[in-house]
Amino acid sequence: MEFAFSAEQEQFRDILARFLKDKSPPRAVRRLMATAEGFDADVWRQACGEMGLAGLHLPEAYGGAGYGPVELGIAMEEQGRTLFCAPFLASAVMAGYAVLLAGSEDQRHALLPGIADGSTIATVAICERAGLWSESDITVAATRAGDGWQLDGRKRFVVDGQTADQLIVAARSAAGVSLFIVDARADGVHRSAANVMDPTRKLADIDFDAAPAQLLGIEGQAPLDRIFDAVLVSFANEIVGGAQAMLDSAVEYTKLRVQFGRTIASFQAIKHRLADLLVDVELAKAAAYQAAQQLADGDSATASASLAKAAASEVYMRAARECIQLHGGIGFTWENDTHLWFKRAKSSEVFLGTPGEHRERMLQAMGV
Amino acid sequence: MIDDVRAEVRAWLATTWDPNRSLVEWRGMLVDAGWAAPDWPEAFHGRNLPPAAVRAVSEELAAAGAIGAAQAGVRALAAATLLEHGNDDQKRRFLRGVLTGEDAWCQLFSEPGSGSDLAGATTRAERRGNQWIVNGQKVWNTSAHHANYGLLLARTDWDLPKHEGLSYFVIEMHQPGVEVRQLKQMNGHASFNEVFFTDAVVKPENLIGSEGGGWSVAVTTLAHERSGFARSREAREDGGRAGRIYDEYRQEVAVANEPYSWYPQRAGRVDLVIERAKETGAIHDPAIRQEIARLLILDQSAQWYAARFREAQKARRTRGAEGSISKLAASQIARLASDVHTAISGIDAMLTGPDSPHGGIIAEILVSVPAVSIAGGTDEIQRNILAERLLDMPKEARFDTGPFRDIKRN
Repeated sequence: MEFAFSAEQEQFRDILARFLKDKSPPRAVRRLMATAEGFDADVWRQACGEMGLAGLHLPEAYGGAGYGPVELGIAMEEQGRTLFCAPFLASAVMAGYAVLLAGSEDQRHALLPGIADGSTIATVAICERAGLWSESDITVAATRAGDGWQLDGRKRFVVDGQTADQLIVAARSAAGVSLFIVDARADGVHRSAANVMDPTRKLADIDFDAAPAQLLGIEGQAPLDRIFDAVLVSFANEIVGGAQAMLDSAVEYTKLRVQFGRTIASFQAIKHRLADLLVDVELAKAAAYQAAQQLADGDSATASASLAKAAASEVYMRAARECIQLHGGIGFTWENDTHLWFKRAKSSEVFLGTPGEHRERMLQAMGV
Repeated sequence: MIDDVRAEVRAWLATTWDPNRSLVEWRGMLVDAGWAAPDWPEAFHGRNLPPAAVRAVSEELAAAGAIGAAQAGVRALAAATLLEHGNDDQKRRFLRGVLTGEDAWCQLFSEPGSGSDLAGATTRAERRGNQWIVNGQKVWNTSAHHANYGLLLARTDWDLPKHEGLSYFVIEMHQPGVEVRQLKQMNGHASFNEVFFTDAVVKPENLIGSEGGGWSVAVTTLAHERSGFARSREAREDGGRAGRIYDEYRQEVAVANEPYSWYPQRAGRVDLVIERAKETGAIHDPAIRQEIARLLILDQSAQWYAARFREAQKARRTRGAEGSISKLAASQIARLASDVHTAISGIDAMLTGPDSPHGGIIAEILVSVPAVSIAGGTDEIQRNILAERLLDMPKEARFDTGPFRDIKRN
């Protein structure tokens, strides 16, 4: 296993960081979070065109750039740092991995090039009640209809479900749980935006009422765990980017804020709090990076994916809380940007499984 | 070049290595041949070889089953310090005994009144006639009861600022003015000593560096101590080989390791957690499972962080204070591990001794963990280091400038 980023990877990080600093400053985040679609189509096109962002981790045969989980992790970390508003998690990561890991060769060729160049926005609809992608929670029914299938039931917490063109839906037939491709604009698909606390991450509830669907891959053999592990690893990297942003912001502010004739950064009470936070953030980053390395090495990543998600999402929440605390009163205002990350931290804490659920999942994956 | 070195060591070993020699005799031959410390200068027992060649020499020695130079304990710190700051006469007098293991060393820095603030030492060395007379007290001195030399940091001028009034000496431990007493810890072990000086004598030729230049010499010793802190302190004991030299070596290793028998326990023994949880049935308790998972996550993350740090060090891409992250992580891990062991053992955590959980190991964990966040630099000092060096936050205000005599102290 590698324990360092290569020079090429670091260079990619720098280029992307510059792009995001330019395209996704807090005022852009604020503008986009107030819109229904939640992203800027021009910026998305540039990100996918110039940077090749959405196809980073997809094989070149399907229109991707042929990199892997480590580069994807870098991309997610930098986006998490800047709260980049884009359908990246939904389309490139979640739907991209779902099609790559579940789809037939023909289906990959049909779907992935559009995902990779950003012209298709896809997402996955798996959750119903619980955050973990476990087969036992899936009740949406798939029945055969003519040459294809039809779906009935309700999916919740679908990221960018309002704006997606294609939905990858987990549903149950007699053979078990399978994944299906559904045209999001078909009759029988009813989408309603969820009223989300974190408006930088749009969610939708989707009702399927005899919605036409196409089987993705093999009936009854949805590789939910493998998709979930890959998504979790990249999500954990997004999360540590946010945590780092909160640490940086807190440190920067304490060096500016003067009280009692000195910067508050000179108080040992504050230095020690931030030193402790630095330790936690660095450990969570190491976990997220090594989970990505493990996935890249082709090893089973279930334990390390859950480890990284649990560690990262708790640290993000803590970093956001500390950042508000160290800003004092201003940190609790709408005008100050900290709450944008705080709300992302809260949504990241519970989305795709709580830290407690992931601790248990990790133990089980370790055979404990 | 490495192959030449290998061939030369191998040929030399073929004619000299004999497990029935005494340890001291063998190491004397090793020193004379220049294989005891091949990276050292040629003038002082070495061959000035690069690290890769040094590794090759160690490998050849190990392959032949031959014992290398003495390394355990403070003697390695003494050697590193003397090589950097000693004069030729001092190197001639001391380095050979370090390598052969004939001399044992201890470090005499910490005092009851100066722990984190090491430069606040008040043990005094005064020039009387042609010698230095030492009075005062040191503490936390590992193996001082076995040592014949001590690395002593003492104040030689009270009118200078505190860092400038210190000098660094080699003191002979076996003399009437030096009294070594064992210091019993809260876990019942006595791994350290207190050392009392009453008109103890240091020969003038044993001042290392310049008078008043002791702090920078001590910093060298401390830097080597810290870099060694990351490595395992424990010398390895080769199992069961026959021959006089192996018997003597086993004895040496046992003595060197004796103070450290509880060190794995002070780190929390994360390795025992799952085994203990299965033994007690706590593995089925969802609340305890959560705590176990928290601990494993912290421990694994810290290991990964350390591995990444080592890679960054190799590529020279560190800022030099990252070790404090690992040090603070180790404290967190140890504390959480002691909580998890307590939860797993339940009421049996009240017991100690051979009949208590895991043959007394659990009890030893619980009463040893408090040392981790103090030894080798307290958590509070590590936090200052991180805040000031990695986060570039302001340095602590100083109240200890000006003549040392006027500074508030214990």
